[in-house]
Amino acid sequence: MTEQNRTLLRGAKILGGEPQDVLIEGGTIAEIGRDLQAAGAEVVETDGAVLLPGLVDLHTHLREPGREDSETVLTGTRAAAKGGYTAVHAMANTFPVADTAGVVEQVWRLGKEYGYCDVRPVGAVTVGLEGKQLAELGAMHDSAAEVRVFSDDGKCVDDAVIMRRALEYVKAFDGVVAQHAQEPRLTAGAQMNEGIVSAELGLAGWPAVAEESIIARDVLLAAHVGSRVHICHLSTAGSVEIVRWAKSKGWNVTAEVTPHHLLLTDELVRSYNPVYKVNPPLRTEADVLALREALADGTIDCVATDHAPHPHEDKDCEWGAAAMGMVGLETALSVVQHTMVDTGLLDWAQVADRMSFRPAAIGRLEGHGRPVSPGEPANLVLLDADYRGQVDPAGFASRSANTPYEGRELPGRVTHTWLRGRPTVVDGKLVGAA
Amino acid sequence: MKRHLISAADLTRDDAVLILDTAEEMARFADRPIKKLPTLRGRTVVNLFFEDSTRTRISFEAAAKRLSADVINFSAKGSSVSKGESLKDTALTLEAMGADGVVIRHGDSGAPHRLATSGWIGGSVINAGDGTHEHPTQALLDAFTMRRRLVGEEGAALDGRRITIVGDILHSRVARSNVHLLSTLGAHVTLVAPPTLLPIGVERWPCEVSYDLDAVLAKSDAVMMLRVQRERMNAAFFPTEREYARRYGLDGERMARMPEHAIVMHPGPMNRGMEITAAVADSPRCTAVEQVANGVSIRMAVMYLLLGGAEPALSREDSAHPSPATTPDGGAARRPAVEENN
Repeated sequence: MTEQNRTLLRGAKILGGEPQDVLIEGGTIAEIGRDLQAAGAEVVETDGAVLLPGLVDLHTHLREPGREDSETVLTGTRAAAKGGYTAVHAMANTFPVADTAGVVEQVWRLGKEYGYCDVRPVGAVTVGLEGKQLAELGAMHDSAAEVRVFSDDGKCVDDAVIMRRALEYVKAFDGVVAQHAQEPRLTAGAQMNEGIVSAELGLAGWPAVAEESIIARDVLLAAHVGSRVHICHLSTAGSVEIVRWAKSKGWNVTAEVTPHHLLLTDELVRSYNPVYKVNPPLRTEADVLALREALADGTIDCVATDHAPHPHEDKDCEWGAAAMGMVGLETALSVVQHTMVDTGLLDWAQVADRMSFRPAAIGRLEGHGRPVSPGEPANLVLLDADYRGQVDPAGFASRSANTPYEGRELPGRVTHTWLRGRPTVVDGKLVGAA
Repeated sequence: MKRHLISAADLTRDDAVLILDTAEEMARFADRPIKKLPTLRGRTVVNLFFEDSTRTRISFEAAAKRLSADVINFSAKGSSVSKGESLKDTALTLEAMGADGVVIRHGDSGAPHRLATSGWIGGSVINAGDGTHEHPTQALLDAFTMRRRLVGEEGAALDGRRITIVGDILHSRVARSNVHLLSTLGAHVTLVAPPTLLPIGVERWPCEVSYDLDAVLAKSDAVMMLRVQRERMNAAFFPTEREYARRYGLDGERMARMPEHAIVMHPGPMNRGMEITAAVADSPRCTAVEQVANGVSIRMAVMYLLLGGAEPALSREDSAHPSPATTPDGGAARRPAVEENN
């Protein structure tokens, strides 16, 4: 099989560099250079497209088991492949919750079976995401799913003692706790960012301090017990300051930002259109600019989608009744290009760092987030960065269409994705699994 | 004017004055032996109430009936809504029944906006109070009451009048609508509340903010007391009822420090002993009951202007009637009713 599977990419701009040819043989990158000859190889004329390592998402909601009406491992990994991802971390807030080795192995196995994208389950920190009793973190780590990231995402591990214990406990196997930072008492019934817009709209506010106070506590806890902590979907300028300070102390803190927090603001909520309802909520222009700057200077380590599919009826209603969350896998790279590359804040090598190298390193995910070099696994994505087009959710592979970008013009289009040398996307279209 | 009335912020000064003047016309009919006008004959108005509010519902109902509309009352309690039907499906049902206007009261901020902009229904939407967002007809009837008591002149606005609104601003749709409307009409608004009951971001509103009721009383032409739910103290918005009443309640002594012409307003229902003492509530300076009566006139005016449609809304033959609305959407083409009648 290795013999037949040869692909030659002509003139690809590796990490946005000068055009070169890349030869993929079997599951690995065999050769990189100019005017490569490869008899019998399938040739892809890239026309100067940008070649990046396959993207890695630290924060994906695949919804299976339990909410297969919004997404499944199959539809979610197809969406991931279309977005240029070769690995996703599936969040634990499923039904049942992924708080046992059995559930995480099921999710992992489905991903493996479908073959569109590697699925690394995230294990719940506490049983049932209840925040009271630690889940069997070690069993999930030791399972076939090889869980390395633990999170009660959707809920905050708000009890300081439970958080401390979790941070300490996962040190035994180099795990990381990914915190959904939301002080629950400060956000009871919260509907949107607390500020000028919420005051006018009469929607209950989700104050920045509810996120920042938890992050401040958790970086201190992580420092105290000598653990690493990861901050999910950081959304405020104040959170950036806290993480920057923690890193300056040399503490082992990492953080992610979502594409939507890099682009959208709470002004959009004036429409009362629940497609803009998300947790943490869309913040202000000042926050957006601070997040972009922090992603550029490395204070924020990576981009994570928080891909959160919801069925149509959960968004086709009044704001207060609507579910929180937006899909993001199929638009993430475009939003990052729009907000970070086209603005000059990041070059493509840095995009590879923020969307592939760093998230893979945080998740201790082997075989992903590797350099585009000979001998490395051929997890690759080819991006037509010159493309401009309107987002049309009708073309999504995701089962859900709750995108805030419908009709918005965004740059860039993933034309090809390879997972260990096997194409999952060709010319923007999904290719069936082998 | 727009086709819907969702927010007081949507009203221009001309729109607002037109509504107040039209309401004066409507009020004149209330004094007649036969209070009914044929204006909305054959039109259907649905009162869609997801929250209990008998006061507001019967005010809209009386207004619609005086304009000869067919009125359907749809209360969420005991209906399909309490069995989990969505706002969308309820709206589609009303649309299928041919509702020309939907008066909606909903516990979620923004629900009327969704109803008006989601393409679920074709009729006009009138916001009868949504969550902690807005209650525009309440603000209009308040402005109407103020204009009668403090200005006494049709065609006028409220320029230079000093209005103080006291109480739970954070959770008050009445306050939000009043701040928009009163500032549009040229009044100077001051909000008074403990800092816990003021929203973050209030400093951007077109009004002043004070924590000290006594400091603003002497400079107020009208003092509007908002209902404060006793349960708020359980969430630590204030320590006790007594402390709230002492610092922010209106009693006879405080009322005596208001200018002689100044009025006391309350949107009801009142919490006697909490934000207002019985002596103040029952004094001739308190307009609470008058506000209720004015509410019917204001809601008649709003429905007349929104639902009158392309057809002459009022009979031309009856010279006592206000002028017909000649265009459904062109506010400029509509002259204030009083011009033809006086």
